[in-house]
Amino acid sequence: MLRSTLLIAWKVLTRRKFFAGVSLFGIAFTLGVLTVAAALFDQVVGARPPEVNAHRTIGVYSVMLGGEHMQNNGPGGYALFDRFTRGIPNVELMSIHSMPYSVFSYQGGSRRKLYFKKTDGEFWNLLRFDFLEGGPYTEKDVAEGRFLAVINEATRERYFAGGPAVGKTLEADGQTFTVAGVVPNLSLLRFAVGADVWVPHTTSRSTRYRLESELIGGYTAFYLARSKADIPGIQAEFVSRMKTVPLPSKQYDRIVAVPETVLQNVSRNLFGNRDAVASSKPILIALALFTVAFMVLPTLNLVNLTVSRTLERSSEIGVRRAFGASRGALVWQFLVENVFLTFLGAAFAFVFAGITLAVLNRADLLPYMQLELNARVMAVGLFLALFFGVFSGAYPAYRLSRLDPVTALRGGAH
Amino acid sequence: MNLATALKAQETPRIVAAAPAGPPAISLRGVEKVYRTDRIETVALQSLNLEVGSGEFLSIMGPSGCGKSTLLNVMGLLDRPSNGEVSLGGRVVSSYRDKDLAALRNKEIGFVFQSFHLINDLTVVDNVELPLLYRTMSGRERRRLALEALDRVSLSSRVHHFPTQLSGGQQQRVAVARAIVGKPRLLLADEPTGNLDSAMGDEIIGILTELNERDGATVVMVTHDERQAAKTQRIVRLFDGRQVH
Ligand SMILES: Nc1ncnc2c1ncn2[C@@H]1O[C@H](COP(=O)(O)OP(=O)(O)O)[C@@H](O)[C@H]1O
Ligand SMILES: [Mg+2]
Repeated sequence: MLRSTLLIAWKVLTRRKFFAGVSLFGIAFTLGVLTVAAALFDQVVGARPPEVNAHRTIGVYSVMLGGEHMQNNGPGGYALFDRFTRGIPNVELMSIHSMPYSVFSYQGGSRRKLYFKKTDGEFWNLLRFDFLEGGPYTEKDVAEGRFLAVINEATRERYFAGGPAVGKTLEADGQTFTVAGVVPNLSLLRFAVGADVWVPHTTSRSTRYRLESELIGGYTAFYLARSKADIPGIQAEFVSRMKTVPLPSKQYDRIVAVPETVLQNVSRNLFGNRDAVASSKPILIALALFTVAFMVLPTLNLVNLTVSRTLERSSEIGVRRAFGASRGALVWQFLVENVFLTFLGAAFAFVFAGITLAVLNRADLLPYMQLELNARVMAVGLFLALFFGVFSGAYPAYRLSRLDPVTALRGGAH
Repeated sequence: MNLATALKAQETPRIVAAAPAGPPAISLRGVEKVYRTDRIETVALQSLNLEVGSGEFLSIMGPSGCGKSTLLNVMGLLDRPSNGEVSLGGRVVSSYRDKDLAALRNKEIGFVFQSFHLINDLTVVDNVELPLLYRTMSGRERRRLALEALDRVSLSSRVHHFPTQLSGGQQQRVAVARAIVGKPRLLLADEPTGNLDSAMGDEIIGILTELNERDGATVVMVTHDERQAAKTQRIVRLFDGRQVH
C-alpha cells in the first residue's frame, strides 16, 4: 500500500510538472533556510570534537553580584571557581579557562592579531582535541609555569609555513612560548573553547587573578558530570556553595552563578528567573515557535496549491471512494503524497543549504567558521520536512476526505 | 445462467418470473431520497421497492432528472437514502459506518460511469489496479489481475498508455476492466454508452452481457437507449422518482 501510494504520488508529480516545480521550490527554499539555521545552531551548541561530552558538561558563563542599588555582571573570576567550587560530588573533571582575548604578535616582521585563551591542564582532559601534532600541556606544566602553547592549524600555517611546529617558538604579547601541540581550527562561535593559541594560566604577567576578591573576571568554568542525571545535584551544590562566598563590599548582598548548558544560560537570561537554574525548555520552545512561524507562509502557500488542485482531482477522489477507499485511506494517501513532496523538497534544500554553508564558510564572517551539513543537521532537516509535510497536508487531506463520493464524481465530470 | 441465455435469445425484455434462490443481490424497501438545499426540497426517489436478483441484468430507464443516477448511487452504497432500507446480498447496510461501506463497495461492487472517470495521471494498468489498492495483496498479484481484466476487454496492447491517448470506447473499456478487476458480484453502470457512438456503445453492452452470462455478475445499467435496454432481462422505468409499471 505504501509502495503504491508513493508510486502514485511520484506519477502525479511527474505528470504535473508545473505544480510540482512551484511547490518544490517553496519547500526547498524554506527547508533550506531552516537547515542553514540548524547548522548555525549546531555549530554553537552541538556536541562535537572537542566538546564530545557536551551532554554532560555544564559551564558557568556569567556571574552576577547583586545588591539593592548595584549590579555587577560578567564572566566569573578565576578565584571564585578555584577556591569555592572544587570537589563538588559527581564532578568527574573540572576546568577553568579564560574567554578568548586578542593579543598582537610581531613575529615574522608583521603585526598580527591572535586570539589567546588561558587554560589549566584539565582543559585538555575535559575537552578532546584531535591533535595534528604534539600534544597538550599538562597540569604539572601549568603548575611549573612553563611557557608552552597549543596552537591551531591556521597559526601553524602563518608562522611555520604549515610545517612541523612542535618545539618551535612563538612570540606574542612580548612573551615567548614553545609550541607543544597543534589542533585543527575551531570556530570562534564555540566561544567557550575556541582560540588561535591556548596557554597556561600561569603565564599571566600578574598573579592577581588568584586573589580571593576576584569574583568577576574573564573566566569560564566547566564541570563534567559523571552522568547527565548528576547535573541537577551538581547545580544545587554549586548554588549552595555560592552562599558561602564572602562578598567584596556591603553594596552587594548576593552572588548569582549557575553552572548550566549554553541553552539553559540563554534561556535564563531571556526568560527565566535570573537567580535560579533555568530549564532549557523555554529557549527550545521559542526556537520551535520561530521555526513554525517561519513555515506558516510557505505552508499556507502549499495548502493553497494543494486545495486548488483538489478540484482537478475531485473525479479521482470520487472514483477512489467508489472503489473502496475509506475516508481514512484518502487522508493517508494525501498525507503521504504531501510528505513525499516535502522530502523531495528536503533533498533540494540540502543541496541549497550545502552551497550556502560553503559560501558562508568561505566568506570568513567569523574566524574558522566550519558550518557543516552533518548527520545531526540533516536529521533536523528531515524532521522539519516530515513536520512540514504533515502540517501542510493535514487540512487538504481532511477536506478532500470529507467530500462525499457522489459530489466528487459530479464535480469531476466537468 | 441457462435462463438468462434463453431470455437473451428472445431479445425481448422480460421480468424474471421467479426470484432466484438465495438472497437477492440488492433489495430496496421504501427507499426515499430527498435533497435539501437552502429553500428547495427535491424529492429524487419516492417509496421505492425493488429487488434485483442475483445474476440478473437489469436496465433502468426514464427521462432526465427522474432519479436514475440517484437510484444507482443508493444501490452502490455511495449515497445513503433519506428513508428506507437497502440490503446487499441479504445484509441490511443502514447501520454500516463509512469504513464498512467502503470495504463492502471494494469487495462487492464495480462501477462504470458515463464520463469514464479514469485518472489521467495514471497509466491504463495503474487505473485498473486502483480497486485492488484497498485490498491486501502483493503488487505482483495486483498487476496480474489488472492485466487479466484488460485482456477481458481486449486492451492488452494498451496497458502502458495514458487514458488521454485512447479513444472514448477504449477508455470506457478500461473503466470496465477497472470495475471487474476485483471480481465483484455486482456491476453498476450509469449510462455507460452515453458518451459513445453506437458501435462503441454496442461493444460495451456486449462486454457487460458477457460478464453477466459467463461470469454470473449481476448488472444494473442506466440507459436512454431502448435498443440496448431491450438486450437486458428486465427494465425498470422511473418517472419523477417513482417506479412506473
Ligand atoms: N446533490 C443534489 N442536490 C440537489 N438536488 C439533486 C442532487 N443530485 C440530484 N439532484 C436532483 O435529484 C433529481 C434526480 O437526479 P438524478 O438522479 O441525477 O437524475 P437522472 O440521473 O435520472 O438524470 C434531479 O431533479 C436532480 O436535480
Ligand atoms: Mg444521471
